[in-house]
Amino acid sequence: MSNKAIQIENLSVYYGETPALTGVCLDVEVGEYLGIIGPNGGGKTTLLKAILGLAPITRGSIKIYDNDGKGKEIIGYVPQYAGFDKSFPITLLEVVMTGRLKNGLTPFFRFRHKDMEIAYELIEKVGLKGLENRQISELSGGEFQKMLIARALTLKPRILLLDEPTANVDENARGQIYNLLAELNKDMTIVLVTHDLFAVSSQVGKLACINGKLIYHGEPELSENIVNRLYGCPVDLIAHGVPHRVLRTH
Amino acid sequence: MIKAVIEYQFLQNALLTCIFASIVCGIIGVIIIEKKMLMMSGGIAHTSYGGVGLGYLLGFEPIIGAFIFSICAAIGIGFIKRKGGTHSDIVIALFWSLGMALGVLFIALMPGYPPNLSSYLFGNILTVTKVDLYLMIAISMIVTAVIGMLYNNWKAYLFDEEFASIIGIKTAILDYLLLILVAMSVVVLIRAVGIILVLALLAAPAATASLLCKKLLSRIIYSILIGLIYCIAGLWISYYLDLASGASIVIFATFSYLLIFLNKKNKK
Repeated sequence: MSNKAIQIENLSVYYGETPALTGVCLDVEVGEYLGIIGPNGGGKTTLLKAILGLAPITRGSIKIYDNDGKGKEIIGYVPQYAGFDKSFPITLLEVVMTGRLKNGLTPFFRFRHKDMEIAYELIEKVGLKGLENRQISELSGGEFQKMLIARALTLKPRILLLDEPTANVDENARGQIYNLLAELNKDMTIVLVTHDLFAVSSQVGKLACINGKLIYHGEPELSENIVNRLYGCPVDLIAHGVPHRVLRTH
Repeated sequence: MIKAVIEYQFLQNALLTCIFASIVCGIIGVIIIEKKMLMMSGGIAHTSYGGVGLGYLLGFEPIIGAFIFSICAAIGIGFIKRKGGTHSDIVIALFWSLGMALGVLFIALMPGYPPNLSSYLFGNILTVTKVDLYLMIAISMIVTAVIGMLYNNWKAYLFDEEFASIIGIKTAILDYLLLILVAMSVVVLIRAVGIILVLALLAAPAATASLLCKKLLSRIIYSILIGLIYCIAGLWISYYLDLASGASIVIFATFSYLLIFLNKKNKK
């Protein structure tokens, strides 16, 4: 058995005739903390969805722990905040508990005491103790993201995929989320899609740059050449507050 | 009116219709509002007109025809939506118009004078028959049982369908099941308020309940009770003022919702 958590080989994803990803080859080692950056529409979310089996794979393959097409039950997923209806009538605890539902459709399913204990434990772990019965409409952006992380952790995943968990989050909560992810990385592989280049420079162990195809995969230090190829506009990046130290050359 | 209810079978049937209509619109209304499926429900409701026309043409109960057409529309809309490639708006609009067109066509093909279809289009709760009632009882029981049995699955599906799918919940089955339940609910509501006014009765009690409580289960219970109040009040108004029952229920429900909405806004 190899030490690869995820093996992506020559992956292409098309939505109709439109290519979202072409020819992506990417390995993620067990225990790795991989950051994925790229422009909007560059295929970052599509890559996560392909790993989860939610995007149509046109060519290529994805193996999870050497298992072709299986093993998705060991992946936790934290989706983008923007996709949620925050007015939905549900409490923080209820959201986290949804992760404890059985697969399939089980009539008259009731959560066990053990499920409740796990949910409370994870809510405490992500720093939301005391907010269990709060409606999601009353949560801040940071609290909402932490709730989604807690929900993903209920699956006891060995791999955690996160799609822009620090978007719509203030500076303080952002730091808390990164600390939490660093803590979680001791026990699991993390793949983090982000626009936050601070994370790239100081948090992740490896970096992948994606814009329709894999442009770079390696150490989390970006050269000007890579940024140019990825975004086509390094000046714009600097204007968004890119720490200079992530760029080897200027 | 109480004396009249005890005395007349048609008023007893009307009251029972109010109860069953409130149960289905309370449960399904809350779900379709959260799932943003109101227009899709409108499409399914209007498609049922084709079934009413076919019932008259072939000489069977028009409500059975409406039931069959609604179910077919629900499955058709669900299938095309899941296959992708076209906007659900387009599919809904086409089914909506096709059902109405088929209804008109079937009625035109009937020999002799055309029947009065206004009770199906605008509802007449006072003309509910035994067959209608049996169908309503069966549908209300099925809707309540299906939602109740899978309540936790429905909640996960409504909040985050993608995550529900990732953890292995059969979201495709829930999708179709929900559309079929909507189709069944539409059939119950047709006799109360008619095809054209169905959307108001699906939306108003659930929307009012959303203003009053924050929990999903409470919203469903409130929505059922509010629906019952709207239906009985509308029926009472129509009885005393000799107005069309479906229109009275819908107008009362809509104005009540608006009043509660404005009251809530003023308090903020």
